[in-house]
Amino acid sequence: MASGSQLEAIKIDMDTIEVSNLNRQFLFRQSHVGQSKAKVARDAVLKFRPHINITPCHANIKDPEFDVEFFKKFNVVLNGLDNLDARRHVNRLCLAAEVPLVESGTTGFLGQVTVHVKGKTECYECQPKPTPKTYPVCTITSTPSKFVHCIVWAKDLLFAKLFGDKNQENDLNVRSSDGTNSTNHTEDVFERRTDEDPEQYACKIYDHVFGYNIEVALTNEETWKSRNKPRPLYVRDVLPDNLIQQNGSLENSVTEESVVSSMSSLGLKNPQDIWSLSENSKIFLEALRLFIERRQKDIGNLTFDKDDQLAVEFVTAAANIRASSFGIPLHSLFEAKGIAGNIVHAVATTNAIIAGLIVIEAIKILQGDFENLRMTYCLEHPSRKMLLMPVQPFEANKSCYVCSETPLLLEINTRTSKLRDFVEKIVKNKLGMHSPLIMHGSTLIFEAGDGLEEDVVANYALILDKALAELPAPVTSGTVLTVEDLHQEFSCNINIKHREEFDEEKEPDGMVLAGWIAPTQKDARIVSNGESTSAAHPAVTEMVEKSDDVEIAREKPGTKRKLSEMSEMIDHVHDIKPCSSHDVGDQVHPQEVEDNDDDDDIVILDENPETRKKKRLQ
Amino acid sequence: MDGEELTEEETALYDRQIRVWGVDAQKRLSKAHILVRGLNGTAVEFCKNMVLAGIGSLTLMDDRSVTEDVLQSNFLIPPDEAYYSGRSLDELCCESLKDFNPMVRVSVEKGDLSQFDGEFFDKFDAVVLSCCSLKTKKAINEKCRRRPRRVAFYAIECRDSCGEIFVDLQKYTYIQVMSSYVAPCLDYILDCYKHGCLDTSDASKKSDGTAECQLNYPSLEEAISIAWRDLPRKVSKVYFAMRVIERFELSEGRNPGETSISDLPLILKMRKELCDAQSLGESYIPTSLLERILAAGGKEHPPVCAILGGVLGQEVIKAISGKGDPLKNFFYFDTADGKGIIEDMSNSSTS
Repeated sequence: MASGSQLEAIKIDMDTIEVSNLNRQFLFRQSHVGQSKAKVARDAVLKFRPHINITPCHANIKDPEFDVEFFKKFNVVLNGLDNLDARRHVNRLCLAAEVPLVESGTTGFLGQVTVHVKGKTECYECQPKPTPKTYPVCTITSTPSKFVHCIVWAKDLLFAKLFGDKNQENDLNVRSSDGTNSTNHTEDVFERRTDEDPEQYACKIYDHVFGYNIEVALTNEETWKSRNKPRPLYVRDVLPDNLIQQNGSLENSVTEESVVSSMSSLGLKNPQDIWSLSENSKIFLEALRLFIERRQKDIGNLTFDKDDQLAVEFVTAAANIRASSFGIPLHSLFEAKGIAGNIVHAVATTNAIIAGLIVIEAIKILQGDFENLRMTYCLEHPSRKMLLMPVQPFEANKSCYVCSETPLLLEINTRTSKLRDFVEKIVKNKLGMHSPLIMHGSTLIFEAGDGLEEDVVANYALILDKALAELPAPVTSGTVLTVEDLHQEFSCNINIKHREEFDEEKEPDGMVLAGWIAPTQKDARIVSNGESTSAAHPAVTEMVEKSDDVEIAREKPGTKRKLSEMSEMIDHVHDIKPCSSHDVGDQVHPQEVEDNDDDDDIVILDENPETRKKKRLQ
Repeated sequence: MDGEELTEEETALYDRQIRVWGVDAQKRLSKAHILVRGLNGTAVEFCKNMVLAGIGSLTLMDDRSVTEDVLQSNFLIPPDEAYYSGRSLDELCCESLKDFNPMVRVSVEKGDLSQFDGEFFDKFDAVVLSCCSLKTKKAINEKCRRRPRRVAFYAIECRDSCGEIFVDLQKYTYIQVMSSYVAPCLDYILDCYKHGCLDTSDASKKSDGTAECQLNYPSLEEAISIAWRDLPRKVSKVYFAMRVIERFELSEGRNPGETSISDLPLILKMRKELCDAQSLGESYIPTSLLERILAAGGKEHPPVCAILGGVLGQEVIKAISGKGDPLKNFFYFDTADGKGIIEDMSNSSTS
């Protein structure tokens, strides 16, 4: 830090400390588990830098108290967030407040630090970031081909149906070939009578979802013409001796403190083992029984939580049984938990490197050294001898709808799509607004957020179910909608274009937003993306998948210094690094070196992959 | 290695990193013993990383007392004179480090490491030296190389806001995961995401095959004896600067880091001598770089400590677990250009 000046910082974090944080978040100890990260971190830092002024805030950065005025108080903002939504939110506030932002992320051995200064560099959203992946409903409910599909089914359909809010829509039922729903039948099945034996209930559920539902699906010949048929599974076949081997005495002597676990009661200790179909089945039945017998009060209001051991066991087993049915390879609990919980793998070393790089950029900003800001990528395998690759920040993208206010184009069926779909899928999901206002010209069509009066909210609730073309100020082809979020101080225009048909597989949302440079499947540069599961959508949950399709974006002609997109990596809270109190002014002298080199000291990557290859061969 | 499962405690604590390098690697780490001699800011960052990673044991050696410089870059020691007065660095750091992970045995060893018998080093899987003179580094490196079982050797140095890591794994064999992209261009980086991390979510791992790889590392003596004109073009300038400073400290009988800007004239003279002897243009060793290092003396820029300590941590983990391409054989970082560069300085006879 500049010598003599006092560092004041505010640390905002809504999380509490978990055991799994301790392998890298070294300001925390075992004894801190459960406490506020912001507060404990502050205390830990003060131990070795007692004179720094740090204010901890155990709060959500999206709270309204953190408005543009709040952000304006700072010289620099350092993000250590673990989800895209929050990052975009902070990006907009930093733009509105004109505060430089240092962004960063890590996954395993990879990481990066980027800097965003309004007017000088790109904003965080100038380059497209992959949003969580959605799967078509039919893939999840009828034709899974990958293990992750089974996980989504187990988590968002089965688990939700059994233990979640009963009033939520659920696509668990499979349509039979003659179009009739097995609704009546299922309603009876999933409702447990109070006198119904939990074990019997569990078997009934098993047979229904893995046996009956599959039989029903098989009646639809079309589906299976070019696909492998699943096989129905019944308890009586998979566990012929049945009876869950209960270690009666063991689990009855469980004290309050021990975690309820089907693995424990079945003696399957190793989360890395891949269980057989019959073991998975035993776990399924036992876990279901334990939920009923020991966690009755939770049933009806549970959402999947990766730290809920029993839930993880259940979902693993269910996914594996389904996978077995469909000929998909089975996975261990450890692996399944990672997928279901969107767990980001992380190590202390990469985090330390990235933290160091963040501080270096932050110091430059605080010293007003904007000319030397850079982005740095931490690689696992060196490129051109570099493990740490500095890159010149890019100029703002002129068609970025966030910092350049370019209008977007939305293709949508205005006659059948409801306002609700538009608000959920486009305004909240794709555009990342939380408290939007939607205007059609000077008419306010819709608004959402805190502080609205009840009758206003009620009115809007009615309008949500109307099709766009039927709104009081009808939205049709050629309409321009203005969508704003006052908290983020962000506004953008959307040109509406009516389209009749959408491809169910490729365009599952039934609408296409352009100008928002959304990555298509091909361009997706997705790696493990530490998305905490957003509020579960009734039909299909957004799940993040490690994409196998990694490709370079084809450079668009005429763009200046377009870097082939580097992956976005998301991280958890970074360690705070103390800044040295000695004067750093004496060490940064850019490029005084008398140099015979013809290489730039900062890497500028060519647009054309071909040229790059040629250069290297010299 | 089989039969000894990780405990529930270990599984819970190390979950996120097991997802990176796997259970077997974690087990190997838990049996590894590491010696660190010299506890400046960078070494302490490294120690923190090792303890968090869950190694078997960490042995510390540094009987110096706390100074202002130390306090600036060593986050393990609270700036409370009543607390640290009269105690050596190794004791203070030991106490703090234990706290980070009670499952790791952290201890202190007293004495002059360069006087210890070769057998002493047999206890360790890796030895890390910091704040050591060139003489000491060479001597210990030689001792390590003579042991019947490989002792990995590392030297790490941070001056001002640049630094150097040296790696010597002697003859190192490991399984390398191949990628379909051989060309080291940007495409490869992006492709690395396919193969880089342990992808536990995909049962059918996409690997284009594995190959057994053997690397031969030169000793420190051999590595720095390579004639400068024989080095690859555009080797990091920090390498040369470090060699000049090293030579200077040796000839003036200084401890590492015992320099100041008033030494500049002598340093420039030394630079000239060395460059002349090696037929290298003096512009390869910029004056400004030498000035920075001299002026800093023993001071280290904390974020650079974190970066170097992180890279070294990763290297040691790779060597212990046998997973991942180890760095060969020098690494440099300099805030001035922001590059973290690997330089392979080995004669064709040794590579």
